[in-house]
Amino acid sequence: MKNSVYLLIGIFFGIVLLKSEAASWFRIYEMFHFKAFHMYGIIGSALVLGIVFIQLIKRYNIKTFDGAQISFDDKKKSIPRYLIGGIIFGLGWALAGACPGPMFVLLGAGFFPIIIVIIGAMLGTWCYGLLKNKLPH
Amino acid sequence: MDLLKQPFPWYLSGPLISITLLLLILVGKRFGMSSNLRTMCTVLGADKTCDFFCFDWRAQRWNLFVTLGVLIGGFIAVTYLSGGNAPAININVIKELNTLGFKSAGTSYLPLELFGEGVFSSVKGILILLIGGVLVGFGARYAGGCTSGHAIAGLSNLQLPSLIAVIGFFIGGLIMVHLIFPLIF
Repeated sequence: MKNSVYLLIGIFFGIVLLKSEAASWFRIYEMFHFKAFHMYGIIGSALVLGIVFIQLIKRYNIKTFDGAQISFDDKKKSIPRYLIGGIIFGLGWALAGACPGPMFVLLGAGFFPIIIVIIGAMLGTWCYGLLKNKLPH
Repeated sequence: MDLLKQPFPWYLSGPLISITLLLLILVGKRFGMSSNLRTMCTVLGADKTCDFFCFDWRAQRWNLFVTLGVLIGGFIAVTYLSGGNAPAININVIKELNTLGFKSAGTSYLPLELFGEGVFSSVKGILILLIGGVLVGFGARYAGGCTSGHAIAGLSNLQLPSLIAVIGFFIGGLIMVHLIFPLIF
């Protein structure tokens, strides 16, 4: 597939993230206070339709645009890795008000201090790589 | 066109995110934004420091193009689609944020106290953004995914590990907002 296709999918996703307000720190704060349905509606409806899409692909053995088989790998079973990693991620998501998609949306939107969050996220990723073998997985 | 200039309601936003997931699957790829952070570390030379970054980053170049697109999408949304307007958050949340010192609540897309240009000269502001970023990056790789990879793609494929990760996201978020925010704001 051509890189321009990936670029276009990204542009579409970026517009959706910004316009849905899922890239707003305020919406994330509000979500963790359970004071609005907005974010739950976004994640919930994305999920319901996502489940339908994936079930349809599996049931009707739908191929990629190139005609290749689509396979879904099961994630490795574990609890500590997902729970501890998830909690650490959640702490940062609420503090910075941005997860990895919105970070880049906000940079493109001209909120330049987000570059500090992106640098932090790369540092965090690097720290994980250094400590990986010492952590429970 | 006028409709595009309004904020997208949740019942439009959610399905559009699922369509992103579907498109990526149909071009033979996977939906996951945080793995780009690992790729970017490798591109910058982290592969010289540990094995985790020793992989052929060119195989992940497609996702960097998605990321570049996301960035351009943010620019387009703000420039042509009135995307940077203040979200209509709950009025009680605005009042609460005002008392915490976030005077920009209800008047801007992001809190100017953290994302205004002034933050570059505030040690506290820089530390909050930097630490927030470090936690997101570390946590996403430890958990093997972020909101896109686990909460959308993983849960859509009914993966129990993704459910555990998403529960973790919420435990962490609730701890931050309810227990740690009162100490720092």
